[in-house]
Amino acid sequence: MTDPAWIEAALTGARPQAMGALLRYFRDLDRAQEAFQEACLRAMKHWPVKGPPRDPAAWLIFVGRNAALDHVRRDSRNTALPPEDKISDLDDVETDMAERLDDAHYRDDILRLMFVCCHPDLPATQQVALALRIVSGLTVPEIASAFLVGEKAMEQRITRAKRRVAEANVPFAAPDAAERAERLGAVAAMLYLVFNEGYSASSGDSVVRASLCDEAIRLMRLLLRLFPAEPEIMGLLALMILQHARTAARMDADGNAVLLEDQDRSLWKRPLIDEGLALVDKALRHRRPGPYQVQAAIAALHARAARPEDTDWQEIDLLYQTLERLQPSPVITLNRSVAVAKTRGVEAALDLLAPLAERLSGYFYFHGVRGAFLSEAGRSEDAREAFDRAISLARTPAEAAHIRMHLDKLSEKTRVS
Amino acid sequence: MLYALLCYHDEDVVTSWSKAEDDAVLAKRRRVQQGMIDQGRMGPAVRLVPTSAATTIRVSGNEQIVLDGPFAETKEQLLGFYMVDCDSLDEVIEFAKRLKEGESVTFEIRPIRIFEKGVLSGKETLAS
Repeated sequence: MTDPAWIEAALTGARPQAMGALLRYFRDLDRAQEAFQEACLRAMKHWPVKGPPRDPAAWLIFVGRNAALDHVRRDSRNTALPPEDKISDLDDVETDMAERLDDAHYRDDILRLMFVCCHPDLPATQQVALALRIVSGLTVPEIASAFLVGEKAMEQRITRAKRRVAEANVPFAAPDAAERAERLGAVAAMLYLVFNEGYSASSGDSVVRASLCDEAIRLMRLLLRLFPAEPEIMGLLALMILQHARTAARMDADGNAVLLEDQDRSLWKRPLIDEGLALVDKALRHRRPGPYQVQAAIAALHARAARPEDTDWQEIDLLYQTLERLQPSPVITLNRSVAVAKTRGVEAALDLLAPLAERLSGYFYFHGVRGAFLSEAGRSEDAREAFDRAISLARTPAEAAHIRMHLDKLSEKTRVS
Repeated sequence: MLYALLCYHDEDVVTSWSKAEDDAVLAKRRRVQQGMIDQGRMGPAVRLVPTSAATTIRVSGNEQIVLDGPFAETKEQLLGFYMVDCDSLDEVIEFAKRLKEGESVTFEIRPIRIFEKGVLSGKETLAS
């Protein structure tokens, strides 16, 4: 690896911890960000000459803090900056600094840094944009291209989000256990939003979007390292990893979505699946089930099946029932109906869907799934109606194309019979 | 003498390699391993799932406790190991250097005292 690439990787890796500490110190997102940027500039100048510091995060925190303080001093008194060699000769200071940064402290720093991005007043898209800017350090143009919006609009969105965060006054004292658990839950939900932004691929550049999944997984790993015994954190990381393992198989060459049962399973990434399965096992040992663990367990059952017909639909049905209890939602029942169709037939599945018709009337997948059941039940006219409804609700050309494929099959079927 | 070569690296770096980069590293290492295989001196090669999947069992007082996570939180993690049969430490070092050429991985060389071959056929392994 060349030097600049190494430095870039080190800066990215150290960012959450360094930004978290600088935020605790300055209690202001913009100032923390400026301090971090200044520290990065100096790192790029000094590290190639002096070699990498033993603890890049501690180095960045120390240098960033001093640089920002220098700015404050210079602004207020117009005094000269200290000589450069004082900043560059950090070896002793760094050792000292690293010792002072105890683990518990930086754990709360990183959690706080992520937590300020998920204030409940912020709409989901703003949470994701802010996290990508503050925690991941993506540039505004990069985030704008991920969301398919103009740079100016994205800049405004982030500025607005920052203002809200400042007004929200997140406390800077170390959180107590209940507060910490609450923050952890909010942060996990926000990281899942980042992941889904990448995974759903409803719009935008696919390469940028795939990198959002990688980023969400990277931050989730970090979170698990900070909170290694939280089963829901293991569950969410497992869920992300198991879903991400299927990425290469989810689209065909023309960019059309490929259903799980039609996917080329040899394209699934085995190393990710192994890790995901191990995480599910670890999480379930704790006997504290939660929605992420249950969803990960469902994903694990799909991942374990070498062929679609090996899928344990009975168990998936049971897991969806557990999920319905933990987190009642018509969308979960919709998902369960697929398992019910496999185990008890499409009529049973249609019965399960019937009471949801009103609540899910504007939901693309409801009509798509229902159309597929009706088609399988031989009720072609009803199926066609459901598919037409689905097409009118499709948000992407890929979604519409998928339903059109169903309609084509239906026409073939009626012609044959 | 049997030696273990323990591979340490920052797993965030390794897990962020693209498939092509990962394949290139494995292919290069396999070329180096082949020399030892031909001489009948190459033992098992193991790559571990990241430490997120690790579980640690410790004794606390009189109790066995099961902890989530790796043995130690370190900047670099144990990601795998090789076993080779070499005549001297110099020879292992030479082999390790060729194996890690162009990589920033760290190898720890440890002589092996007990090696029970076990009964696994090797078919259980996943190549990559």
